Amino acid sequence: MKIIETTNLTKFYGKNKGIEDVSLSINKGEIFGFIGPNGAGKSTTIRLLLSLIYPTSGQATIFGKDCFKYGHEIRNDIGYLPSEVFYYDKMRVKELLKYSASFYKGDHSKRIKELADIMELDLSRKIDELSYGNKKKVGIVQGLLHQPKLIMLDEPTSGLDPLMQQKFFNLILEENKKGATVFFSSHILGEVQKLCNRVAIIREGHIVKIEDIKTLRNDNYKKIAIRTNNHNQKVFKIDGVSNIEQIDGEISFFFKGDINTLLSLITKNKVNDVIIEEPTLEEIFMHYYK
Amino acid sequence: MNIYKREIKDKLKSTAVWSISIFALIMLFMSIFPVFSKDAATLKLMMDNYPEEMLKAFGMSGVDLGSVAGYFTMTLLFTQICLAIQASNYGFSILSVEERELTADFLLTRPVTRSKIFFSKFFAAFTALTITNVATWGSTYLSIEIFRNGKDYDIDIFIKMMATIVLFQLFFLGVGMVISMLVKKVKSVLTFSMSLSFGMYILSAFGSIIGEDTLGYITPFKYFEPNTLIINGEYDRTMLIVCIIIIIVSLVASYILYNRRNIHSAN
Repeated sequence: MKIIETTNLTKFYGKNKGIEDVSLSINKGEIFGFIGPNGAGKSTTIRLLLSLIYPTSGQATIFGKDCFKYGHEIRNDIGYLPSEVFYYDKMRVKELLKYSASFYKGDHSKRIKELADIMELDLSRKIDELSYGNKKKVGIVQGLLHQPKLIMLDEPTSGLDPLMQQKFFNLILEENKKGATVFFSSHILGEVQKLCNRVAIIREGHIVKIEDIKTLRNDNYKKIAIRTNNHNQKVFKIDGVSNIEQIDGEISFFFKGDINTLLSLITKNKVNDVIIEEPTLEEIFMHYYK
Repeated sequence: MNIYKREIKDKLKSTAVWSISIFALIMLFMSIFPVFSKDAATLKLMMDNYPEEMLKAFGMSGVDLGSVAGYFTMTLLFTQICLAIQASNYGFSILSVEERELTADFLLTRPVTRSKIFFSKFFAAFTALTITNVATWGSTYLSIEIFRNGKDYDIDIFIKMMATIVLFQLFFLGVGMVISMLVKKVKSVLTFSMSLSFGMYILSAFGSIIGEDTLGYITPFKYFEPNTLIINGEYDRTMLIVCIIIIIVSLVASYILYNRRNIHSAN
């Protein structure tokens, strides 16, 4: 049985397109990346799956049940962490988490304590006194306290420092090992590559590509910028180089292939400076998914 | 039950403030009654000097302000304005507050149906309003017993007057709810609730002044106008039915709209 399945899911806001014909199929135990620039339709898709909004057309099922008819049953086993977290300001963290837990069967107080310890979250604080990062931690605990079978993350790492991000990723991986499926939306390619098995790329409301992360890794483009006094970009026109551009003393291009070939080429030619970086998602879209 | 409990807890303070204020208001108004009734003759003379339009606007025309019930109509009118503001405050806020304060994402991603959220919120608001209603009854009874100055009164007419409060509250609660579901966003609850309650009052007063009866069919201040009730001794049956229909339609419509509503994200 598929954990998430959507067929031609479409949502228009009046005349504005949210998403169109999105078809996804996510298996049990997967960590599925959902990646695209801001405004591409990631949140729209997630909000549809949670039946926060209703589709213009198309279907969506989770655990084999219709999202819009049986949303309340499905949500028993979903943990959701939104990109921006807002809670009842007057409550204390403990009260909020207790309130959240009261919607699920069983006693979750031990798990709350456990998660709060891992995320270093002070349960006695008032919500409106919390920093953005700390609110995010409340979101994480809230999303995981009932041991959901499906975890939906909508750009979860913003506001978390790198150390907390790592702890958070470890938590997610641990849940995944226990059998939870993860739907991970992000606009940061790096974190998706680190975590996910498969990834769907969404752009302007359409799914552009659904790919294995390994394949995507082989498509490992680097963005290179070289500062040199030899104003000659031809030297660098080797196999795997594309979109080469020269502005004064700076030559920039994309490179795909054996990085050693390029490095030895750079050493042979006298250069002043080299920058090798990951292309941004937007750049990948611009060059490869036109 | 958890949503209901949270809603009640959330409303506890405001309910207490409203109940105590209304209790005090009635006490204060009725405490002047002994002075009024003592000088009934002078009072009548004074009243006759006021323009009829003004008396109508304040719901004082056609009743003897020297009698307990007659004097009470004036008190009740001011009480009704307070009750209207409270009920429409709740009406405009209970469903919209989660969206305005961006907690809708949290609540609606819990494993509950929207119907359950709707009913929990509605019944919590109704419970809060009922507490205020009880305070109003209590205050009325107490103030009359303390200040009636030995004058007799007809208990039936009081019960009739007071019994309309629940419909009055439901009207403003329901209409507030349906308007909050029809607009994209309720930015400020107070602006909406003040407009609705005072708007309805002004409509009723205006209708009375110009003697236009059809206006009365949309405002509960007219359905349950205390002085008319005293004069006729009976509810206006058509208006009563209109009121009940408006309550039912607005509640059913808000239920349907809430179930279909798209909850947009914060950004």
